Amino acid sequence: MTDEELIEEKRIEEEEIETTVEEKIYLASQGQLIWWRFRRHKLAIVSGVILIIIYFCAIFCEFLAPYDPNQYDIKYTYAPPQTIHIFRDGKLVRPFVYGYKLETDPETLRRIYKPDPEQVYPIYFFVKGDPYKFWGRWEANTHFVGVEDGTLFLLGTDRMGRDMLSRILYGARISTSIGLIGVFLSFILGLIIGGFSGYYGGTLDNIVQRVIEFLRSIPTIPLWMALSAALPPHWPPIRVYFGITVILSLVGWTGLARVVRSRFMSLKEEDFVMAARLSGASEWRIIMRHMVPSFMSYIIANITLSIPGMILGETSLSFLGLGLRPPTISWGVLLQEAQNVRTVALSPWLLLPGVFVIITVLCFNFLGDGLRDAADPYSR
Amino acid sequence: MLSYILKRVLYIIPTLLLISIVSFIIIQLPPGDFLTSYIAQLSQTGEMVDEATIAALRHRYGLDQPYYIQYFKWMWNMLHGDFGQSFEWNRPVNQLIWERLGLTVAVSLFTMVLTWVIAFPIGIYSATHQYSIGDYTVTFLGYIGLATPSFMIALILMWIAYSVFGASVGGLFSPEYIEAPWSWAKFVDMLGHLWIPAIVIGTAGTAGLIRTLRANLLDELHKPYVVAARAKGLPERQLFWKYPMRIAIVPFISTVGWSLPGIISGETITAVVLSLPTTGPLLLRALQSQDMYLAGSFVMLLSILTVLGTLISDILLGWVDPRIRYEM
Repeated sequence: MTDEELIEEKRIEEEEIETTVEEKIYLASQGQLIWWRFRRHKLAIVSGVILIIIYFCAIFCEFLAPYDPNQYDIKYTYAPPQTIHIFRDGKLVRPFVYGYKLETDPETLRRIYKPDPEQVYPIYFFVKGDPYKFWGRWEANTHFVGVEDGTLFLLGTDRMGRDMLSRILYGARISTSIGLIGVFLSFILGLIIGGFSGYYGGTLDNIVQRVIEFLRSIPTIPLWMALSAALPPHWPPIRVYFGITVILSLVGWTGLARVVRSRFMSLKEEDFVMAARLSGASEWRIIMRHMVPSFMSYIIANITLSIPGMILGETSLSFLGLGLRPPTISWGVLLQEAQNVRTVALSPWLLLPGVFVIITVLCFNFLGDGLRDAADPYSR
Repeated sequence: MLSYILKRVLYIIPTLLLISIVSFIIIQLPPGDFLTSYIAQLSQTGEMVDEATIAALRHRYGLDQPYYIQYFKWMWNMLHGDFGQSFEWNRPVNQLIWERLGLTVAVSLFTMVLTWVIAFPIGIYSATHQYSIGDYTVTFLGYIGLATPSFMIALILMWIAYSVFGASVGGLFSPEYIEAPWSWAKFVDMLGHLWIPAIVIGTAGTAGLIRTLRANLLDELHKPYVVAARAKGLPERQLFWKYPMRIAIVPFISTVGWSLPGIISGETITAVVLSLPTTGPLLLRALQSQDMYLAGSFVMLLSILTVLGTLISDILLGWVDPRIRYEM
């Protein structure tokens, strides 16, 4: 084969690859196109994985938490986090933690915890520990990690000697689910109100627009505060939880309604909607079968972007003492313990629930941005 | 322009009415009217309940009448400067709110100015140096700023100040000025304290503004007219400031409108953490003790402030961008 023939062959090969790529794009379904575009956002993928881990932890928190979150021990108040060691006497061994050596500060009489190299507690998987009811149904006492005797406070303890890691895991269940349920409620409100307003237009649209403008012009936190202060203090925790969710979504539906409305407005002018109408499809069918699927991906991206607002809202309200209250455990409730600067200065691990809030919100923002870019695969 | 302003002002009226209705609902939300809790409070402390005073109060706020009459009475009283009675303080509400509201306005305005001053150069840098290390750093920090609740930033700042400098950063005044009457020295002292709350409250807004400005500028910078101007040999500096900048700045001004509710929201919660003498802590206490006239008035006045701020920004926007004033 001469050089020229080689080059020619290479050219044909390249062309074939190109055509297959192009054909693939033409043949791909909308879902595939979205997925391909989404895959390019590395940060969004990583965030998605982190969020899956967070929700996984929230779902299985009873099992994953080393202790019962309400299990208190006066011996270990404000104990600092224990570090996991894997080397002992220069040799690699099963991971272990050191026990605490108690000292008292001669001036402030405060307890000081120091790691004690004499006490070694190896960490085991599937340890029998505090009994719990998994999902409030099945009784069990196996925990994912733990120590046989001694203590395992990987993120320290609070003022009553309760394990912070366990409390954060239980808090994740409340805090992250309030975001989902709140967004679900505001999505339904937004879909109905925004849908009607965008589909029918006219006076109704005008009124809805004014109401949305009005709700957006009110500072949300004072409004949330006022509404949640009206929840009766004798309500059981589960009702307070739903009360707060409803309050969050009553104020928060406007953004989604706006998105739904603008989508309806632009779609109802499209040819395929006109075609469906001319062939005698009912309004309901036009909306549910033709319009909703074509903006669903866009809506999902927007929903993802509005979950953080709900999570931050719950955290802020609970932090102020107007949202969820102990014994309910949420990240905001946990942060209430960190209100005093002196306490925080002495035991900074009390701020850790806040770090989890930031990570979760950050991930939702990255994921939402990636989804929003991917949602419209025909752009560019 | 005049008709645009007039229309915009007329639009405000239904909004203000809605705000007053929502505030009234907030006042009415807790079970029982406020007099029952007042009487309960009085008998708890062992005081004699004066039937005549109760009857007078009941009449003044129309508590024996249906809700809509109560609402009109409340509105009427308010238009005459009577916001109702705060039980916790046992004083008329309007004696309690004005100074705090003034400080809230001061903190919010200062925050807004600071937000602009920080966001403007950073946004421009970020757009003109797209994909540089500086751009990535700014974008990343911006995301974190958006994700961090303002009270968390306040806590962290206080923690650092306390453990590194051994000082507490709360409050708006040095101790010697807290009770002092207003003077130049007190004002200067306040300016010295103002920047910490301003940074805390402004972080989210600054991050949002940087993102908006960057996105707008990037959209403009690649448009054909910019390329054409560059090809004709217009100096880069002149080209940038005269054309893309002017267009990119329009949404920048309109963000004043929507960033104001955010700033006032953030101010409320940050003020609680940093114990600023503004509306936040008083609103929280009023809500905790169900002192509803005080709480309702706060929510209403804060909302009115925001709406007025939005109005001003809309008028500014109409002044900068002729398309907007002709559209209406």
